[in-house]
Amino acid sequence: MSDKILMKGNEALAEAAIRAGCRCFFGYPITPQTQLPEYMAKKMPKIGGTFLQSESEIAAINMVLGASAAGVRAMTSSSSPGISLKAEGISYLAGSDLPAVIVNIQRGGPGLGGIQPSQADYWQATRGLAHGDFRVLSLAPAGIQEAVDLMGTAFDLADKYRMPVMILGDGIIGQMMEPVRLPDPVTELPEKPWAAKGTRGARKHNILNSLYIQPEELERVVRERYERYAEVEKNEVRVETWLAEDADIIVTAYGSTARICRNAIRAARADGIKVGMVRPITLWPFPSAAYAEAAAHAKGFLDVEMSMGQMIDDVRLAIGCSRPVRFFGRTGGVVPTPAEIRAEIDALCKEVL
Amino acid sequence: MSVVFKKPDALCDVTMHYCPGCTHGIVHRLVAEVIDELGICGKTVGVAPVGCAVFAYNYFECDMIEAAHGRAPAVATGVKRANPANVVFTYQGDGDLAAIGTAETVHAATRGENITVIFINNTIYGMTSGQMAPTSLPGQVTTTSPYGRDPKLAGYPIRVCEMLATLSGTAYCERVSVDCVKNVIQAKKAIKKAFENQIAGKGFSLVEVLSTCPSNWGLTPIEALERLRRDMIPYYPLGVYCDRDAFAEVEAK
Repeated sequence: MSDKILMKGNEALAEAAIRAGCRCFFGYPITPQTQLPEYMAKKMPKIGGTFLQSESEIAAINMVLGASAAGVRAMTSSSSPGISLKAEGISYLAGSDLPAVIVNIQRGGPGLGGIQPSQADYWQATRGLAHGDFRVLSLAPAGIQEAVDLMGTAFDLADKYRMPVMILGDGIIGQMMEPVRLPDPVTELPEKPWAAKGTRGARKHNILNSLYIQPEELERVVRERYERYAEVEKNEVRVETWLAEDADIIVTAYGSTARICRNAIRAARADGIKVGMVRPITLWPFPSAAYAEAAAHAKGFLDVEMSMGQMIDDVRLAIGCSRPVRFFGRTGGVVPTPAEIRAEIDALCKEVL
Repeated sequence: MSVVFKKPDALCDVTMHYCPGCTHGIVHRLVAEVIDELGICGKTVGVAPVGCAVFAYNYFECDMIEAAHGRAPAVATGVKRANPANVVFTYQGDGDLAAIGTAETVHAATRGENITVIFINNTIYGMTSGQMAPTSLPGQVTTTSPYGRDPKLAGYPIRVCEMLATLSGTAYCERVSVDCVKNVIQAKKAIKKAFENQIAGKGFSLVEVLSTCPSNWGLTPIEALERLRRDMIPYYPLGVYCDRDAFAEVEAK
């Protein structure tokens, strides 16, 4: 563990990836994540790793697929429009049971959208990333230290479950500077007997493939993959609850929005309102149980996002619509203020208390 | 008793799915013979395309990866950069390499990516049953150019070797044909050179193989070979378009 140093989110993510054993980075410049590839460009040649600026986001994700198939820890990073382009490759990674880490430093959308922070890619990350039956494990850090810590987790989980893992940040996480302690570099990496790195004449050839032309065979492979997803849902849910035990009102948000919500919750508590928070760290698997638990005593939920309301679907599903769920969102790159959120807490109190 | 002819070791002992008269089988065999002769099967990784050769991963004894349509050069780049000691080849058709994957092809070449690309040009989309390819000839009738390819509407065919030869990262590109024994022998020489270049670290090597598709051309295998000689070779002249060490000048400095 390093001493505390001040780092920008994008650079801290890159350094954490290298310390997690990432040796191949492929990417393409896009605001607001460009400092991540720039950091990799500086660092990778010094440590015998690969940095390659690809001709497109599509090429980048397919280079990641190749390096991952070759048994190396590989990653790419981008921002919202770039992730849409990577969608094809992420589906192929999932279909070929290949690990990879993909960072999305979200910006406003749709289309070219804007370059300011946003959380409008929640549905994309948790549901409709690309064609086919598959899941991506999504991790949502709320600060730079957590982003650094989750990078190691992301590579470990990708390898363990042989699936793509996404770190879903936003322009605040990417651009903000905070003091962080960096983990020690990993020294041991998992064996990958399935990798395509040459048979050396010692085994039958390995095939990394997502094509199954017989429907029953494809169904069998997808079902097996879903058994693995069930293990992920059982073992890998990560969530933070804060002041939730006695709360009448639960504010819920993920990523940097949750940081802003904390200020509003503190202010409301100071005024004697029993407000708490549920903050998903894994967006898929979604921490449904934490919401169900909170719904046992809470009278209402306030969901805050930098979007027009996407995670709110999962919140409602988690509590079976048993409590009112109010929504407050700013979008297009506008960041909600603590005062706005406090006003929404007060409005919800009037509605349910 | 001495063995004078046998299946190459690098080829799996399985039935291939290719149509009667299709030349994919010949090219697969040539690639496998070269892998055997160079003794590199244990360190070779192949990347299969989307198209008729999609099942190539079942036909080669080396480790294999199935890429998305057109992305084989990007996947091969990832493999080669991860483990430079591996010999990495892609096997791609004309739609894969010269339409949906043009960017990946051109940029792998201009980077001088040290990989070997086997490019099958049969002027048609075979797997999807006979649509116009980027290499379909002017006037060629396909299911999506039913009145014949009109360059005014559908543009001109791409001459891949000529295009890639203009890029500094291309070490070697040669166009060959497998329409007759003489040309098959030359095709094998070219494929071998494309692998040897990679082992020597010379840069991007591509062999374009003029091939037939009797099923989708609506011709017998013999008629198809005649069409290749009569119509394709004049438009796509055989020969070496580029042969150098792509990095010799940089290294000399």
